[in-house]
Amino acid sequence: MERDVTNILVVGIGGQGVMTATEILAEAAIALGFDAKKTEVAGMAQRGGVVSSHLRFGPRVLSPQITAGSADLLLAFEAAEALRWCHYLKPGALVLMNTAKLVPPVVNIGLYDYPADPVAEIRAQGHDVHAFDAMDIAVTLGDVRLGNSVMLGAAADHLPFPAEQLLAAIVKRFASRKPQLVDLNRRAFEAGRAADAAAGHKEKQAA
Amino acid sequence: MAAVMPAPAQTRLFLSGNEAVARAVWESGCRVAAAYPGTPSTEMLEEISGYPDIYAEWSVNEKVSLEVAIGAAYAGSRAFCAMKHVGMNVASDALMTLTLTGVIGGLVIAIADDVGLSSSQNEQDSRYWGRFAHLPVFEPADSQEAYEMTKAAFDLSERFQCPVILRLTTRICHVKALATVGERSEHAAAGFKKDVARWVMTPAGAVRRIPLMFEREQALRAEAEASALNFVDAGTDARVGFVTSGPAYMHVRESFPDAPVLKLGLSCPLPLEKIRAFAATVDKLIVAEEVEPLIETELKANGIACVGKEILPRQGELAPHVLKPIIAKLLGEPAREAIAPPAQVFPRPPTMCVACPHLGVYYTLSQLKNITIAGDIGCYTLGAGHPWNALDTTISMGASMGIAMGLDKGRGEADKDKRILAVIGDSTFMHMGMQGLLDIVYNKGNVTVLILDNRAVGMTGGQNNPGNGRDIHGEAAPRVDFAKLVESLGVKPERIHVVDPYLLPVLFKTLRDEIKVPEVSVIITNQPCVLVDDYKKQQPFEVIDDKCTGCGNCVEVGCPAIHVMRREKAVKPSGKEVELQFVQIETAACTGCGLCVQPCAPDAIVKVAPGAPVSILKRH
Repeated sequence: MERDVTNILVVGIGGQGVMTATEILAEAAIALGFDAKKTEVAGMAQRGGVVSSHLRFGPRVLSPQITAGSADLLLAFEAAEALRWCHYLKPGALVLMNTAKLVPPVVNIGLYDYPADPVAEIRAQGHDVHAFDAMDIAVTLGDVRLGNSVMLGAAADHLPFPAEQLLAAIVKRFASRKPQLVDLNRRAFEAGRAADAAAGHKEKQAA
Repeated sequence: MAAVMPAPAQTRLFLSGNEAVARAVWESGCRVAAAYPGTPSTEMLEEISGYPDIYAEWSVNEKVSLEVAIGAAYAGSRAFCAMKHVGMNVASDALMTLTLTGVIGGLVIAIADDVGLSSSQNEQDSRYWGRFAHLPVFEPADSQEAYEMTKAAFDLSERFQCPVILRLTTRICHVKALATVGERSEHAAAGFKKDVARWVMTPAGAVRRIPLMFEREQALRAEAEASALNFVDAGTDARVGFVTSGPAYMHVRESFPDAPVLKLGLSCPLPLEKIRAFAATVDKLIVAEEVEPLIETELKANGIACVGKEILPRQGELAPHVLKPIIAKLLGEPAREAIAPPAQVFPRPPTMCVACPHLGVYYTLSQLKNITIAGDIGCYTLGAGHPWNALDTTISMGASMGIAMGLDKGRGEADKDKRILAVIGDSTFMHMGMQGLLDIVYNKGNVTVLILDNRAVGMTGGQNNPGNGRDIHGEAAPRVDFAKLVESLGVKPERIHVVDPYLLPVLFKTLRDEIKVPEVSVIITNQPCVLVDDYKKQQPFEVIDDKCTGCGNCVEVGCPAIHVMRREKAVKPSGKEVELQFVQIETAACTGCGLCVQPCAPDAIVKVAPGAPVSILKRH
């Protein structure tokens, strides 16, 4: 395997903006001169199915796929999805997760149970977990779709480049497409960053 | 898509394989591009439609798209056509004779295989078409190669006057990677030149073209032997060496950085002598190809010893986690320490959207007894899943018609009272369903056909089609009238009904009446896909908690906005134990379609008051 390649796995469900978030992470890495590849297993779901987006960046990236057991960071947009994918992490690596639960119809109609405590199950596997309600933060800021920038903010202090690089990539994207949303997303990014720091502080105290 | 200014030459762009192909098609001076949408190929034509100076169309099916491209290439224009793997099954009638006529303008056919089955009904290997039709096949391994090989394919096509296949897979089409792009060059159309012996393929003409096809194949093999796209990456550990192509190349390099690798970019015809020379430099030759053993079989037939599908899987991707343990075992090395097993988490299958017009159709079908439903390819294939379980067969585009006819004519004694239905979407009907319906009419089948007209190719992202009156650019286009169309095929006017699928009682009555009639009926539903602009949201609904009796009727609709918040066991007056399901509606997601309101006996579902805040359901 190529050394010096950073593997980030971004997971969630269709429609949450997982692929966009990964793309922004990729753009930040590329702006710093890294090679990067991004790939998804998105299935046939336009909406509601499992989405896992792989980002690999470094001096040179060959295979676009992250192998189970080799991810440096898991960024999970939904609680059960964090649990589903945490075996992709290196031993002891960090999980940044939204605690909001999005319950699918198969659970609603009673065919399956939703995991009782995903955070505890992930911790039991030996991973550090920074858990926070990104959906709540986004809704408080005025739009559930800001969850994407909240999650990116949470990741910002766990990357092999400065947080400002990631914020710059978000700003660049919105400046060219929806300039009126730049400030709101900047605030969502900072709120996510703060939520991660608070969750990290709590994690340390517990340990 | 409106025409945009293409990025300047020599810029490095973060492109998916599909986007990289589209850029190269434009740079190559291609003048005509056609496709029918299909995952993972769809974005090629979507992207191309945004470039200037190129005619792009959504064709009604892959065969027509290929024929449009062939005609353009006969006229001397560079032409392009893209399809998913199964699309070539439809288009192959044209392909297998196209290889005899050849082309004047360069013609590139991109076929996107769904290795790993992310969104397809099979995993067939399109490289067979190169062998079957004696045509060259390029296999890129990432976006940069997809770009470069598309350009090389146009050049090769014109030099050899034959179409060229560009074989992609999901892991090329949908992977984003950096690619450096270049300049566009114009290629004016040479003009169509009358040549009956070449363009009119009668037996007498074809018999003279076959030897030319084999001569061309010989010349192409020499081309592959010399091609810089078939190259060796030297390695220091020659215990195993790999012959590989496409995305498997990246996985091999990732997994075995020290092993020698012969990478095939122009993989058909196979450069046998280059491979033979490479084989002599390694202890053991491994063929890593997705998915069928094509290269391997040819090598073995030519006396080149190799190992392939005896040890490597014959389905799915050859990703590092697949390759590494198998090769370690071959070399007698210990496997890497086991990683933690995945946690057991409920499956999250794709769902129909909130307020999808298909929900009403499948809810109604799930209420009907003693029926068999032949289904088709599209979002509505999801009707086979929970909670509806209202679809019994799916095999190929348009097949619901013929399958239903066969279920009718081939019915066993036990099925003699069964009603046979067929469910097909608007775009699938126009793709390949019309002929099947004509067959049912002509041969007096007893089938009730549902055409779910949602005015879009929903599954692939809502592309325009002849049923919605818009072309690939969103401009106005003639619109098919499905009722008139089926009437002209011979369905009796009194057996044709256009129904709003949100009106459940009307839909139910129409269906119940028509399945009883012993002849072909067609029921057309007429509400748009909720993901296209035609769909208009309405004020959402909410549940009045005090009124909800937990009957669960609304849950049976299958809308993802309806959530069971609490379950309770209860005993009915009859003594039967039932599970009550008390629900709420995620009002932030609800678009007010009103489907769930209709089966709600206690009137517990009401419109949210205008101006009231909408809620996102939270469970902690």
